[in-house]
Amino acid sequence: MALEDVCSFKERPVQHKWFSFSSLGDAAIPFPKSDYYNLRLETSENNCGVPLHFFIPPLPHSSSFINRPLSSFCPPKNSMTVQRPFRLAHGTTTLGFIFQGGVIAAADTRASAGGLVACPAVHKITPIHSHLVVTSSGSGADCMLWERILIREIRLYQLRHGHRLSIRATAKLLSSMLHPFKGTEMCVALTLCGWDNGPKLIYVCSDGARLQGDVFSVGSGSPYAYGVLDRELRWSLSKGEAISLAREAVFRATHRDAYSGNNVDLFHITAQGWIVTVMRSVKTNLCAHEKKPRNL
Amino acid sequence: MEYLIGIQGPDFVLVAADNVAASSIIQMKHDYDKMFKLSEKILLLCVGEAGDTVQFAEYIQKNVQLYKMRNGYELSPAAAANFTRKNLADYLRSRTPYHVNLLLAGYDDTDGPGLYYMDYLSSLAKAPFAAHGYGAYLTLSILDRYYRPDLSRDEAVDLLKKCAEELNKRFILNLPSFTVRLIDKEGIHDLEKLTLGAK
Repeated sequence: MALEDVCSFKERPVQHKWFSFSSLGDAAIPFPKSDYYNLRLETSENNCGVPLHFFIPPLPHSSSFINRPLSSFCPPKNSMTVQRPFRLAHGTTTLGFIFQGGVIAAADTRASAGGLVACPAVHKITPIHSHLVVTSSGSGADCMLWERILIREIRLYQLRHGHRLSIRATAKLLSSMLHPFKGTEMCVALTLCGWDNGPKLIYVCSDGARLQGDVFSVGSGSPYAYGVLDRELRWSLSKGEAISLAREAVFRATHRDAYSGNNVDLFHITAQGWIVTVMRSVKTNLCAHEKKPRNL
Repeated sequence: MEYLIGIQGPDFVLVAADNVAASSIIQMKHDYDKMFKLSEKILLLCVGEAGDTVQFAEYIQKNVQLYKMRNGYELSPAAAANFTRKNLADYLRSRTPYHVNLLLAGYDDTDGPGLYYMDYLSSLAKAPFAAHGYGAYLTLSILDRYYRPDLSRDEAVDLLKKCAEELNKRFILNLPSFTVRLIDKEGIHDLEKLTLGAK
């Protein structure tokens, strides 16, 4: 994706069936029209400045009072309703916190779709660059897409300007990119955990929230994780204590929350970059490479 | 959930906002600042829907700054309030209305202090005291009872404390601390954070 842009490779997207959401031309979407970021990306008049060929299928006509862009623009006759075979669920437990040794990011690895465990080994923590990881929660597909977009935009900035974008600016960029989709069914709740001139932890949500703080937990299991974290979290934790606290918090949340479970991914970010610890199963507390014979 | 309050005195405006940033039932942050500095003597307090608050408030903030850059002088509080209201009104019947409730507090060198109440339906009222949020139901009567136009700064802070104590006593949600600021002819001053212990 990044290479495409740098080489100005233009691919004609399939347009006839899909609406460009931003071709709702005169909708008063408060999004900067100009290429404010000097990304030299194709921003046509219709595009409202969104630097992507981003086309969304028209969603079913919604009769809510406050009409968000897509639902009111969808012509009823020509609508392509996308029926999902399963209910969208947002089950997860992710957390991040700052301590004297840097930032810890932890998450469970279960992807649920309604009552089904769709995948027991999903990576919910994705590195963006050497000093930034993002934990994702919400709709899995949306998160994967936006993580990829964010990686692309950050890499482009780095290539063009010669230095990495600060984490606060990354969060603001992400928040601005998500803003046009507010009110749609997109659900993305990301926690940026990284290091630039000090540890940083910023929560960005597709609702529009952008919060910087010292500890965040996101997802259906987050109240349980907060319960454990709030009791024992201190600035002066050692690295080992912080890692075991993060695992404990996710474990307790997976115990109580049906939509979280399986293993725990854990990233530790310092001034030197991020380090991932071995995936550990919450159930048996074994390292992934250790095997024990089953007792029958 | 969120609470804003403003009290205008003879030569100052006192404003306070709670510090909780919540996401459904969880307090995500305990020290969140809901005040946006529009200019040296104007503060915008903004609560409402998650992303709308910051987006709208920053939009107004940058536009007020732009006006100053273009014209060489700052917008007065009354002008800024009307500008804000106009923007709210313009977006109200669009496809993306902003669901935000605002208090704008400022000091004009010619007209003196001013407190403006705005809500998500883009109403605007200049008032001697005002509050937003569920907490307003509990505290407006206290303000009605004890407010006088010639309050001193200390008396205004005491009145604010009375309101906070009432919230602590009767409001079901926990609002442990409030950011307090005062605007007068010298500009915006940060006062001590108002924290209330357990009942």
